[in-house]
Amino acid sequence: MSEPNTQAARAQMQVSDEIAIQISNMNKWYGQFHVLRDINLTVQRGERIVIAGPSGSGKSTMIRCINRLEEHQAGQIIVDGIELTSDLKNIDKVRSEVGMVFQHFNLFPHLTILENLTLAPIWVRKVPKREAEETAMYFLEKVKIPEQANKYPGQLSGGQQQRVAIARSLCMKPRIMLFDEPTSALDPEMIKEVLDTMIELAEEGMTMLCVTHEMGFAQAVANRVIFMADGQIVEQNNPHDFFNNPQSERTQQFLSQILGH
Amino acid sequence: MSNTSFVRKDMLPPAPPPVSQTGAVKWLRENLFAGPLNSALTVLGFGFAIWLIQAATPWLLHSVWVADSQNECRAIVQERWGPDATGACWAIIRARWHQFLFGFYPIDEYWRLFVTFAGLLLAILPVLATSLPRKLLWGSVLYPLVAFWLLWGGSVWGPILTLAGFALWAGVFLALQVRLGVVVAAGVGLVAASVFWIYAVEPIETGLQSVLPLALPEVDSDQFGGFLLALVIGVTAIVISLPLGILLALGRQSDMLIVKSLSVGFIEFIRGVPLITLLFTASLLLQYFLPSDTKFDLILRVVILVTFFSAAYIAEVIRGGLAALPRGQYEAADALGLDYWQAQRLIIMPQALKISIPGIVSTFIGLFKDTTLVAFVGLMDPLKGISTAVRADIAWKGIYWEPYIFVAVIFFIFNFSMSRYSMYLERKLKRDHR
Repeated sequence: MSEPNTQAARAQMQVSDEIAIQISNMNKWYGQFHVLRDINLTVQRGERIVIAGPSGSGKSTMIRCINRLEEHQAGQIIVDGIELTSDLKNIDKVRSEVGMVFQHFNLFPHLTILENLTLAPIWVRKVPKREAEETAMYFLEKVKIPEQANKYPGQLSGGQQQRVAIARSLCMKPRIMLFDEPTSALDPEMIKEVLDTMIELAEEGMTMLCVTHEMGFAQAVANRVIFMADGQIVEQNNPHDFFNNPQSERTQQFLSQILGH
Repeated sequence: MSNTSFVRKDMLPPAPPPVSQTGAVKWLRENLFAGPLNSALTVLGFGFAIWLIQAATPWLLHSVWVADSQNECRAIVQERWGPDATGACWAIIRARWHQFLFGFYPIDEYWRLFVTFAGLLLAILPVLATSLPRKLLWGSVLYPLVAFWLLWGGSVWGPILTLAGFALWAGVFLALQVRLGVVVAAGVGLVAASVFWIYAVEPIETGLQSVLPLALPEVDSDQFGGFLLALVIGVTAIVISLPLGILLALGRQSDMLIVKSLSVGFIEFIRGVPLITLLFTASLLLQYFLPSDTKFDLILRVVILVTFFSAAYIAEVIRGGLAALPRGQYEAADALGLDYWQAQRLIIMPQALKISIPGIVSTFIGLFKDTTLVAFVGLMDPLKGISTAVRADIAWKGIYWEPYIFVAVIFFIFNFSMSRYSMYLERKLKRDHR
């Protein structure tokens, strides 16, 4: 995965002019602690962004602001043309358009895999049950575990659970996908199966924001790599220049540590 | 190859473990005679058990089932087993079982109680056994009104109009839910239904009754007693306190200041005072505050306060279940676009309630046993109320053990069933198999 494959490279071309996410002068505090400082970020539709940075730099907090799992206190976030305010209706609308994959999968342990996948389409999108199940099976095939449909999450391996979590988000037919360290809780041998699923998704032109430490994935798939430290965007560039010619000292230091071993 | 000094050709067959490590010997050593202290306690324990059995056995073996009074019982025991013999006098149960079960409910109307109890079992069945068709639950929902009518009697139109009030509530809720949100819509519906119940039910009922008089003979609340009373209070309170407790637990976690403070205040107040205080409030104080001509049934008042009491405990038990859920479950539900009530109903509550099953059932068992406390406000509970009433008869004056044992056995059957059901439910809902 260290060298970009040709399909991904071709997909990198297909970025439209349409703006998917617009974040301007966004600030967030936890009490007195200034977690996010003046974040400005514009994401085009079809763009695939990898967000890297040391822990505590605010990467997760930033993408969690995009579907309002975290509230921002100043500035503006516009997702798919809808501004995120305290208006609950808008928040639910944005959330149904934006899929999210978590570090710890967060599957619903009391429901079968199939029920995990059909729940939101049935209750939020009001899709008929049969149709929701067909969609669910389609995406389970896609993540290559259709045979697990009637098991419970506790019976699956970590990698399988994360692929189910990705399929669960896809069942809502989202226009944007957020990944919050999707492979950090996985055994090394399971990381690949999840990354493969994500690469496939990227090749189909999904708008993706991904917080990850998988630099190989960033090189293969991203149009843009963003480096964050201390709640700020320090550097952003295309993957080639980002890895080969980092500008800021903070970035060089981070890269030397993460790629050094 | 040169440094291979040993290669096994045939695998060894499995051998049995040493005798001291298996079967009865191992069990005895580990459980009864593991050390000097352990052995001593075993001997003492067995001694106590044997003493208890040899003390109680003759009393039980000499049981008398047919007699007209306690003296007759004694005479029979002494005649059969010698002058010093003692024996249980179950004849009192045989003579008065109906009072222990039904209090002073008119004997001619007992069929209504049997029908109600059979109905209760039928109504509970689809709730407990999820494999039955879900449509049967409508029967369970309608059952309380049927039971109310059968138990207290009177015009059939009363319960039907009460039902109409609930239908009005549901109708208003469904009509306004989308526009005003769940809480406000439910509130407006409740107000509409209350207005209907208070001002419209009585005139309409009188009118309908004059057109089509369908009624059962009325039975007064004073005539209720025994396990009939315990079950009426217990079952009603259990059924209502669970949803009320869920709402209180959610209210306590709410971001809305008023909802939160009301929930916390309610829970802490109710948990802070003894149940008997609340029962006295029900029987005495409410009477002062209400207009003097309101007829507000004593059983109804007691049911309401017992329900509140158990709802406060249930709320705290469920709060424990909510606290045990990982934050990620809420986030995943939110991230999928589920609204608050959908997330609660589909994701949070099924898991929180499952975790809370042991605590909830403990609260229910406690509640069912606490129904005997209504003796303090003059109701005929099976333990004190009925036993005292039965002993007031000169024929059974000095009899203590038998009624208490009888009542205890019945309570045990109910509570043990609840306990076993909860264990079955926990096993059935277990999902963390690997």
